[in-house]
Amino acid sequence: MQLRPGLKLNSAVSDAQVVVVKAPAGEVELACGGWPMLAEGEAADAAATIDGSLGEGPLLGKRYADEDLGLEVLCSRAGDGALTVDGRVLPVKGAKPLPSSD
Amino acid sequence: MNLLLLLDMAAAGGGDEVALQVGDDQLSAAELLSAVWRAGELVDGASAVAYVGTNGLGFPVGLFAAAAVGAPFVPLNYRLSDDQLDELLGPLGDVVIIAEGGRVDALAARGHRVLEGDRLVAQARQGSGAGEVPADAEHPAVLLHTSGTTSAPKAAVLRHRHLTSYVIGTVEFGAADREEAALVSVPPYHVAGLANLLSNLYLGRRIVYLRQFEAEEWVSTVRREGVTHAMVVPTMLARIADVLDADDAGLPSLRAISYGGSRTPSTVLQRIMDRLPEVAFTNAYGLTETSSTIAVLGPDDHRAARSGDPVAVGRLASVGRVLPTVEVQVREGDVAVAIGQPGEIWVRGEQVSGEYRGLDPSLDPEGWFPTRDRGWVDDEGYLFIEGRSDDTIIRGGENIAPSEIEEVLLDHPDVAQCAVVGVPDEEWGQRIAAAIVLEDGADADADGIRDFVRQRLRGSKTPDEVTFVDELPYTETGKLLRRVVLSSLLTPS
Repeated sequence: MQLRPGLKLNSAVSDAQVVVVKAPAGEVELACGGWPMLAEGEAADAAATIDGSLGEGPLLGKRYADEDLGLEVLCSRAGDGALTVDGRVLPVKGAKPLPSSD
Repeated sequence: MNLLLLLDMAAAGGGDEVALQVGDDQLSAAELLSAVWRAGELVDGASAVAYVGTNGLGFPVGLFAAAAVGAPFVPLNYRLSDDQLDELLGPLGDVVIIAEGGRVDALAARGHRVLEGDRLVAQARQGSGAGEVPADAEHPAVLLHTSGTTSAPKAAVLRHRHLTSYVIGTVEFGAADREEAALVSVPPYHVAGLANLLSNLYLGRRIVYLRQFEAEEWVSTVRREGVTHAMVVPTMLARIADVLDADDAGLPSLRAISYGGSRTPSTVLQRIMDRLPEVAFTNAYGLTETSSTIAVLGPDDHRAARSGDPVAVGRLASVGRVLPTVEVQVREGDVAVAIGQPGEIWVRGEQVSGEYRGLDPSLDPEGWFPTRDRGWVDDEGYLFIEGRSDDTIIRGGENIAPSEIEEVLLDHPDVAQCAVVGVPDEEWGQRIAAAIVLEDGADADADGIRDFVRQRLRGSKTPDEVTFVDELPYTETGKLLRRVVLSSLLTPS
């Protein structure tokens, strides 16, 4: 699928939801629990079930990124099913603590 | 990304924890979100939602309700007259104004749709509201008027994507521990007021509002509420230090102070750092047009300066390094200058808007924004700000930053406040004029002041004229209104 910043995607297998922060130029397959994530209005495959072997689902407020691809998403709803991009697990982006300016 | 998504996430992650409080009035993030959906019904159809008041729950409710209906939120200085407000609101079309009690009737009599802030909040808290977070990130989220210290104020356009980029790029969701509380006393029409609300909500840090800054109330609120974090402007720092001098109670709960909004005199900073040795200090530099902070001088830098390291002491006069999400370039004309050389500061990043309502965008084709501040960057990336380009005095072809002369003047024991401006001069192009407020009982004369500067700077940076005044004009957030100083010096009294 072609991603763009701001695009909201829902898991086909859980409550998980992400928002695209940075999008790669080309098409990628972003999946949750082994099933492609869905844009608004797209229906889930009735046969979809979580592939638990991929790991834990995304946590609220965490960012997940593949720096090489130029992909970053923000988890706006927690849910089961690990995030993957083109079949590889999308790792959580390490927080770089900044001095509190607010 | 839409601003409302930040609140939606805070509501999902915040449980019953208090997110915001004004006096005894409290809201959790989930209660705020519910109130926002209800308030959205009350402002629906408006082309913009204005806010005219001090800090109150009507501010966050109005901000997010505007986002819910896709209208820009326009916080305005509550000290403006009704005529001045009309002038700013006129071009915005069918505006709904959220106002404090005292202003409601007068504004309504002028034909505006006005909602009283506290009543709006009370109404919105009845029952529960729900809705769908808009996907839109491109629409203007906030129109914020710049301080207008050198020219008439302009309305900066901050789109949803600018503000959400700032928040997501600088703070980690839910990272605050349960004890953390932020005291917010900067006014709601200032970009720091907006940034404080968004960042702390996203961090999960309880926000304690002061309706307006007052030093004794600030100190007593920190003590009573166990406040851990606070953002202040430099004029507040000096007044807080005065109050702290009155007893030995200190501020034991306070972990961090960030300060910014205008240049901080080194004497003021030193005094508050001495008074609060355990507090982590951060200097934040940013502009309205950049969605607030773009550079920070952090606690480590302040600690190094405390230990006396001369390089670190020198860097206390800087605003630190730009955020990892922001780039900086110093240019003279169109050309980038070498490290250490002064010039105009340009910045680029996703939080940088550089757009004004009704004017052409100020970004260059590569997305760089001219801050109109002058300064330089040292070999380790520390950014030093000299002042506004428009304030630079060009005397006989030499560029002179007023701030350099002002720092020297403030070291004079008789000088309480000062302003240095360039006045038109047939021979030099501009000559240097200093307006000075003396300390009580001081009797320095103009020649003595000029000698004091000449001994520390060279002759060309010595004020050609020294005028003593009773007071200087400042904005509410402590910024010197140089254009007012200049025009009063040009008008013989």
